[in-house]
Amino acid sequence: MKRQSLSFYLLAAFFALFVLFLYGPMFTIFILSLQGPEGGLTFPMKGFSFYWLGQVFQEQRVGNFTDAFGRSLLLSFIVLTVSIAVSVMAGLAFRRRFAGSTTLFYLTISSLVVPSVLVSLGIGIAFQVLGLQTDWFSSGLGAQLTWTVPFAFLIMIGVFNRFNPSYEEAARDLGAGNLSTFREVVLPLIAPSLIGVGLLAFTLSYDEFTRTSLVSGQYNTLPLEIFGMTTNVTSPALYALGTLTTAFSFAVIASALTAYQFFSRKQRG
Amino acid sequence: MICLRSIDRPKTDRHPYNLTLSTLPKTNTHISPIHSPPIYPSTHPPIHSMSRLTKTLTPYLLAAPQTLVFLLFLVFPIVLIFIVSFWQFNGYSMTPAFTTDNYMAIFTSKVSFLTYLNTFKYVLLVWFFCLAIAFPVAYFLAFCIESQAVQIALFLICTIPFWTSNIIRMISWIPLLGKEGLVNQFLINLGVINAPLEFLLYSDFAIVLAMVHLFTFFMIAPIFNSMMRIDRNLIAAARDMGASGFEVLKEVILPLTAPGIAIGSIFVVTLVMGEFVTVQLMGGGQSASVGKLIQTQIGSLQYPLAAANAVILLIVTLILVAAILRVVDIRKEL
Repeated sequence: MKRQSLSFYLLAAFFALFVLFLYGPMFTIFILSLQGPEGGLTFPMKGFSFYWLGQVFQEQRVGNFTDAFGRSLLLSFIVLTVSIAVSVMAGLAFRRRFAGSTTLFYLTISSLVVPSVLVSLGIGIAFQVLGLQTDWFSSGLGAQLTWTVPFAFLIMIGVFNRFNPSYEEAARDLGAGNLSTFREVVLPLIAPSLIGVGLLAFTLSYDEFTRTSLVSGQYNTLPLEIFGMTTNVTSPALYALGTLTTAFSFAVIASALTAYQFFSRKQRG
Repeated sequence: MICLRSIDRPKTDRHPYNLTLSTLPKTNTHISPIHSPPIYPSTHPPIHSMSRLTKTLTPYLLAAPQTLVFLLFLVFPIVLIFIVSFWQFNGYSMTPAFTTDNYMAIFTSKVSFLTYLNTFKYVLLVWFFCLAIAFPVAYFLAFCIESQAVQIALFLICTIPFWTSNIIRMISWIPLLGKEGLVNQFLINLGVINAPLEFLLYSDFAIVLAMVHLFTFFMIAPIFNSMMRIDRNLIAAARDMGASGFEVLKEVILPLTAPGIAIGSIFVVTLVMGEFVTVQLMGGGQSASVGKLIQTQIGSLQYPLAAANAVILLIVTLILVAAILRVVDIRKEL
């Protein structure tokens, strides 16, 4: 074992403190969500039970969590699909030069720079002026796309930068059309990256609050429901909900990583 | 600085960080959409005119959906905000008209001046602490960890909280910081204080703490990304020339990491500028920011006033971003 320098240990200690700072608060709410039925929002623990985790699914106590979860899940899948489709197409387009590409590039980037409350307000006003009803699947979807598509696009540009076009030339020489070249050659090669894009778009949408908050219409997405609960739920059920949604996020990450490995291995043959 | 030992790590193209935010695009090799004017194939003989036409049209068709998304949900709404900010309104509706009353109301109000000032305070503090945390963390990951597997694992540890709900992460501070929270209990048991500290929760302290907790990752990822791209030979060369650890940091690493710092700063600044959830939850209704002000005005249906504030907020944010871009050239990074 090599001797490490002092600066290594100092930096390692700093990193450890940072990780504690990141995870510490989250673990306290995991622990508190296992309070006994008599327990409150703070320590000390009054017993140990899964009572509050069960309470989350009792509609009358904590608002309608299950419906909001369903809506968020569906919306995230729509956002994921649209983000991947739109950004892959744009990524393909950006491999060639075309008039207006610079404008589109900066337009996409600027979407990240515009404060999120503005997007929400703007879309809200637009729907009002046009006399349309705001809803999570229309205005809410649009608001989320302004956040997920730029990230997806930036990743796709990176992916296509490293993509070797001679594979496509080979396919064309063998007589494949544009569509079959894409389906048989390009798509399998970029599939692992698409998992990454999809995971990112999914989680960005699933947790998105500010952009969606003013334009979700009549029905709440999950983050909005949770936010509503923070003002009127004063029991550990709130923390139990936090624990459950976090566990769900981890499950999504784990399955995405598995899929990523699956596709990478398949690619290597 | 003696950590710098991973000098001859091979630069792999397909790095597993692809899964993360840090995948800002690599340097353009095949394409350069930013600086080059469009070139049309004009020298071809007109034999394949049909296929040439489709070939010319293809990029436009491919780029159309993305263009449409941003025209519909970004450009059009912002144009409308601008228009509506000049409209009149009364208690229950807004009327198309031209008035500068909304802007006058904002510029002459002491309350909104203080609110803007307060927002800048949050921006500055959150930015400072994010950078102060992110730089050493990214440095540790990029230069002190030799094994790539460990590096990936540690980086993933930093990203995981980012995937869980922001609101959950915010409320997770409550059992720690509250009057009967862990921190106060701990300090009282130690005998450091007699009465619980009140400033921990529902205060500016709590707001800044929660925002730093939420947004540090947006600083870590780009800085780490920049550091990973530094050619390790440059560092070796600097050391061979007799540079001390601190000099390597100042003369080599810092300048080459500057674009990453700029990108992270832009993220953090714009995120904090529009923020209202943290301000509401962690400030306990006592604190104000421009985002919160806009949200309140929307809540009371004062759309034109909210729109005027939004226009000012956008202009201020763009000025801040432009200032960052003036100091640091990030085009190398995109």
